[in-house]
Amino acid sequence: MTTIAPAPSRRSSPDTPATEDQRVSRTRTVVVALALLVAAACTAYLLYDVRGSWSYAMDLRTRQLAALLITGAAVGASSLVFQTVAGSRILTPSVMGFDALYMLIQTVIVYALGSAAFLALTPGQHFLLDAVLLTVFGWLLFTWLFRRSSRNLLMLVLVGVVLGSFFASLTSLSSRLLSPDDFLTLQDVMFASFSTADPGLLWTAGVVTVLGIAALVPLGRRLDVVALGHDPAVTLGVPFHRTVRITLAVTTMLVAAATALVGPMLFLGLVVANLARQLVPTHRHAVLVPVAILVGVLTCVAGQLVVVHVFDLTTTLSVVVNLVGGLYFLRLLMRTVLL
Amino acid sequence: MSSTVEAPSRPPAPAPAGGREPASRLPLLAATGALLVAAYLSLGIGVADVGVADLLSPSAEQWQILTVSRIPRTAAVLLAGAALSVAGLIMQRITQNRFVSPSTSGTVEAAVLGILVATLLFGDASLLVKMLVAILTAVAGTLVFLQLLERIRHQDPIVVALVGLMYGAVIGAVTTFIAYQRDLVQYLDIWTTGSFSGILQGRYEPIYVVLAVGVLGYLWADRFTVVGMGRSMATNLGLHYRRTMYVGLVVVSVMAAVVVVVVGAIPFLGLIVPNVVTLLLGDNLRRVLPATALAGAGFVLLCDVVARTVHYPYELPVATIAGAVGAAVFVVLILRAGKASGT
Repeated sequence: MTTIAPAPSRRSSPDTPATEDQRVSRTRTVVVALALLVAAACTAYLLYDVRGSWSYAMDLRTRQLAALLITGAAVGASSLVFQTVAGSRILTPSVMGFDALYMLIQTVIVYALGSAAFLALTPGQHFLLDAVLLTVFGWLLFTWLFRRSSRNLLMLVLVGVVLGSFFASLTSLSSRLLSPDDFLTLQDVMFASFSTADPGLLWTAGVVTVLGIAALVPLGRRLDVVALGHDPAVTLGVPFHRTVRITLAVTTMLVAAATALVGPMLFLGLVVANLARQLVPTHRHAVLVPVAILVGVLTCVAGQLVVVHVFDLTTTLSVVVNLVGGLYFLRLLMRTVLL
Repeated sequence: MSSTVEAPSRPPAPAPAGGREPASRLPLLAATGALLVAAYLSLGIGVADVGVADLLSPSAEQWQILTVSRIPRTAAVLLAGAALSVAGLIMQRITQNRFVSPSTSGTVEAAVLGILVATLLFGDASLLVKMLVAILTAVAGTLVFLQLLERIRHQDPIVVALVGLMYGAVIGAVTTFIAYQRDLVQYLDIWTTGSFSGILQGRYEPIYVVLAVGVLGYLWADRFTVVGMGRSMATNLGLHYRRTMYVGLVVVSVMAAVVVVVVGAIPFLGLIVPNVVTLLLGDNLRRVLPATALAGAGFVLLCDVVARTVHYPYELPVATIAGAVGAAVFVVLILRAGKASGT
């Protein structure tokens, strides 16, 4: 059972073994193509089918676009490095019940403070409170999980999935104990969507995302080695556990930023990180992370374009992501298991 | 008037057959008695002024409250709890897998999809029509899951549970996708969140179907056990493998679908109750089936009492409480399984 997905990205590209030059040039092509696509999608998002007041549309759309960019980047980068430290391609923070934990913490905060005190917080303070609590609990959760069952990956996934539903039940339980006023406050926080991103929150989430991604840069080389697994990494002189802990902390921040902005998107990270690994034939995080960010941004912006202009807002991005991502996850799972 | 609690008695009639294990009869009778007493006491909980003391000599008004609301509710609680647990037990036996249950195999989600489809296609169709459609989709959904299962080479319980949960999540996403376009998300949410608050006389009677199906499940219990041993073994023992498999499937799907339509989904119930009961009482399906039914009914009764009292005079959906408890127990079961298999 443990043969499944040993180290992420051990599988090189499906084609025949390529020379170093070919791989570098393929990587370059992919990155350039992705960047162009992202630029095109962003332009389309801003300019396509503007009706009515130009300045109003621009203001609104810029904010929405910013939320999409932040979410895509944060989810892409965090899921990719999480996969590396978890040593698996089917694990992402959301699959491990992390979004659900975020929701639970929100509910508990509102419950503990009451909506008046809660609303008095600035977005910055609010975010700080979330981030601190989430980092502490998320970190405890992951250390507990990884220690409990580090040897059986699928068990870890299952525990994560069930924990997610456990947190969701607790959230719904405690939210029902709230007064109607408090509940409304909570609902606003939980279902912030792309269309209503608050500028203050945008700034905070944006800064956190940029900082988080910047913190990953010096970790890149070490993560390349950590991807080989615990023993090889230690042999090669890399502080395995410390790297994992730091990476998990950064991941936590990034996920908190994305979730605070747009709410949970269960399978987004899974799809994005796996796509990134398939697109570029490399194990280097200096390349993988930027590609994951580009793929994440592209998925979000293009997905939202489709939701707005093709489905006419009769659906939401997270529903589409969960549908496509769920099928993809099932496929990954079946393939892993069939090996 | 003391016949008031007659309806909610134990769903599948406990052990008149066999008679080989008279020792197990007494605890079962005691448990049944305890459950009935608990159910009787729970009739006294509620906003309207009908206390336990009034149950024996109710005024006309109190009598009406009892017959219209309290007794139907208690009956529904006991039947839903018993049905989902028994469905889980049978399913686990057929597939020889502890982590399979209607809520981890897409059965419940498929039933919800059926409700949505029926609502969209037949508009104001009666509850019965919706229930029939839900049963059909539940059977179909479970069939597809079994196909998926056959494709998995390693029948590791954990893998199966994961695949089942994800399969359910995909069906759920399809349902949300459709419901969102028709503005039915909230409607569906309210309908399919397990709760007994809407149970009133005239709106819950279809749930008695599970009694009949439960009896069938009990009578076929031994055959299900044999089917669980695999196709060749079952055929060797002279069993019509495919037919028995389908009967089991239909029994499970009907139970799950009926409960979802009348009460809503109660997560993890069909998974944890049979597991805990078999852990305590062993694996003989025919023997543990009544105990499972009793335990399931008791567990949901307890959850419902908590749901009604913890935030009095408001009440919480029983699904959130059962979901929290159930998920916690499930995590423990998974970790135990991991430890036992030495991985």
